[in-house]
Amino acid sequence: MTDTFFQEFEAMAGTATVEGPEWLDPIRRAAMERFSATGFPSGRDEEWRFTPLAPLVGASWRPTAGGSLPGPERLAPFLFGHPEWTTLVFVNGVFADTIGDSAGLPPGVTVSGLAEALRSDGSLLRAHLTRHAPVGGSPFTALNTAFLAEGGVVQVEAGVDLAAPVHFLFVTTAEAAGTVTHPRNLIVVERGARASVIESYVTLAPDGVYWTNPVTEVAVGAGAWVEHTRIQRESERAFHVGLTHVDQQRDSHYRSFSLAMGGALARHNLHVRLNDENVETLMYGLYLTRGEQVVDNHTAIYHDQPNCRSWEVYKGILDGRSRAVFNGKVFVRPEAQKTDAKQTNRNLLLSDAARIDTKPQLEIFADDVKCTHGATVGRLDEVARFYARSRGLPAALADRLLTYAFAAEVVDEVALAPVREELDRLVLDRLGGL
Amino acid sequence: MLEIRDLRAAAGDKEILRGVDLTVNPGEVHAVMGPNGSGKSTLAQVLAGHPAYEVTGGSVRYLGQDLLELEPEARAQAGLFLAFQYPVEIPGVSNAYFLRAAYNEIRKARGLDEVDSMDFLDLLEQKLKLVEWDADIMSRAVNAGFSGGEKKRNEILQMAVLEPTLAILDETDSGLDIDALRIVAAGVNKLRRPDNAIIVVTHYQRLLNYIVPDFVHVLAGGRIVKSGGKELALELEARGYEWLEDTVGAGS
Repeated sequence: MTDTFFQEFEAMAGTATVEGPEWLDPIRRAAMERFSATGFPSGRDEEWRFTPLAPLVGASWRPTAGGSLPGPERLAPFLFGHPEWTTLVFVNGVFADTIGDSAGLPPGVTVSGLAEALRSDGSLLRAHLTRHAPVGGSPFTALNTAFLAEGGVVQVEAGVDLAAPVHFLFVTTAEAAGTVTHPRNLIVVERGARASVIESYVTLAPDGVYWTNPVTEVAVGAGAWVEHTRIQRESERAFHVGLTHVDQQRDSHYRSFSLAMGGALARHNLHVRLNDENVETLMYGLYLTRGEQVVDNHTAIYHDQPNCRSWEVYKGILDGRSRAVFNGKVFVRPEAQKTDAKQTNRNLLLSDAARIDTKPQLEIFADDVKCTHGATVGRLDEVARFYARSRGLPAALADRLLTYAFAAEVVDEVALAPVREELDRLVLDRLGGL
Repeated sequence: MLEIRDLRAAAGDKEILRGVDLTVNPGEVHAVMGPNGSGKSTLAQVLAGHPAYEVTGGSVRYLGQDLLELEPEARAQAGLFLAFQYPVEIPGVSNAYFLRAAYNEIRKARGLDEVDSMDFLDLLEQKLKLVEWDADIMSRAVNAGFSGGEKKRNEILQMAVLEPTLAILDETDSGLDIDALRIVAAGVNKLRRPDNAIIVVTHYQRLLNYIVPDFVHVLAGGRIVKSGGKELALELEARGYEWLEDTVGAGS
């Protein structure tokens, strides 16, 4: 499989089907060489120990041929009830259209597909693209970088308030069967600016077998405020291996919410680097698994500088024979005094056959810090079940209500109301309603 | 309405109720008093169907049915209500949603139409007055972060909305200051009707100054060892429980 990618890469480079600035060519080539050298991670790699990659590595994946834009009625369910929000729609990984009222964006906001941005070769890409997500970090990032061509780009200039969110919507259709896509997104929110960005991976082919390999880079400028919502609702037979890398500057606030409910195998790495003082980072996650799904979340928070706060809560609800993995690392460097970091991972097992591997890790090299972590794995509380039933709620409804309540505690942290309400609905749908 | 005969119940290997007999008729208020560990709360929870207790003997008839055969939700749907000593917090679910779901489940079980959230709000408005509360409380998560007094008041609000035929108040006075006690007791009194009944489980006589019982029973060692009128509560207040526990010891 590694060789196939290399041949594809050479073919692509030879025909110059990928447009873009010259400075990017050596970066792409180095990434390809890196991937060729490492290949896919093996089970011996600590970072991938609990992630069964064999079905992904063993299959052969074709490049995508894109697809036609689905009708408005098929896209409507993914728009949070706000079709006027600026939404870049990608079909099977290829940019298809911008919908919504992009003319209404405030001055100082640029939204475009990556392919278009590459053609115009602005200084923005040069400053940020591939600068935040190191290819050495993961073979999948290297592969994504080698093939980077499509994705969403948003830039919010200094001091600008992006009033309505920008949405990158990746839709797969039945035509995506057997293909791999490498979406590459770039979110740049400059000094003192404010933005909400949503990244969704959805499918119109609920049984589709395909592979999405996205990388998203986020640059949060000094004093900026960013809410980043990631919704992963791939087909439950699909593969999704994604990475998000965030760099935060002084006095900035970054809050992330990550929902993972799709994929036969889904992995997401969220890495946030706190590069300067007085940075605040909130990371919320929810994973809902059932059947034979394997959903893996790896997070890493790098406290490089003093006086920063990070707060992380990931929750999982596991049913059937599904498995989930949570690995959360917090690194506190010697100079990062007065760090305040709290990490929590809580899991609710709805079936005897479900399994969670959770591993919170703190690596602290500073002495004047407040860092805590905790992980729990449990079932529904018997006393709470009895309380609900004693009020007349049938046992099955009481269970759904308490399960919903467990999820609602993190969903409630999403600042943007229409997104929060949609997440709420997705959870309720998965639980079979109330 | 309720006939308890020789009821025995255990938690694990430990027998807590050792033959309780109690009859409650419509329109009556019964107080069940007793020292700590006498089995008062166990009795309340067994009647509501708490899964931590195993009924090891005896019978309970409620409105002509075998109560012990019913699941907890079926008991609630049949009009039984337990005000918990320690109401449970359910973060993530609003008080309004929870109470409407309960109200509708009970209506459905009785073949009545469910009410929508607007109609429910109208009903709620009247019931909130009963416990002297603002509507704000309804948008908060069920009991989450409530003070002890707020939790107890919330139980009485639920009782007011669900209009039980038989209400069991388990240590509703514990943790209440005097103002909250007055409000909670006044709420309960307004819910008294000739066709319903209330069992008040309490350690202290204090609550019974506000909710005046028709009968007072003393539970000790898992049995009712003495029954009387409301004056028995005053006697217990004056003399404590020890003289009765001695009686139990001598009798067994």
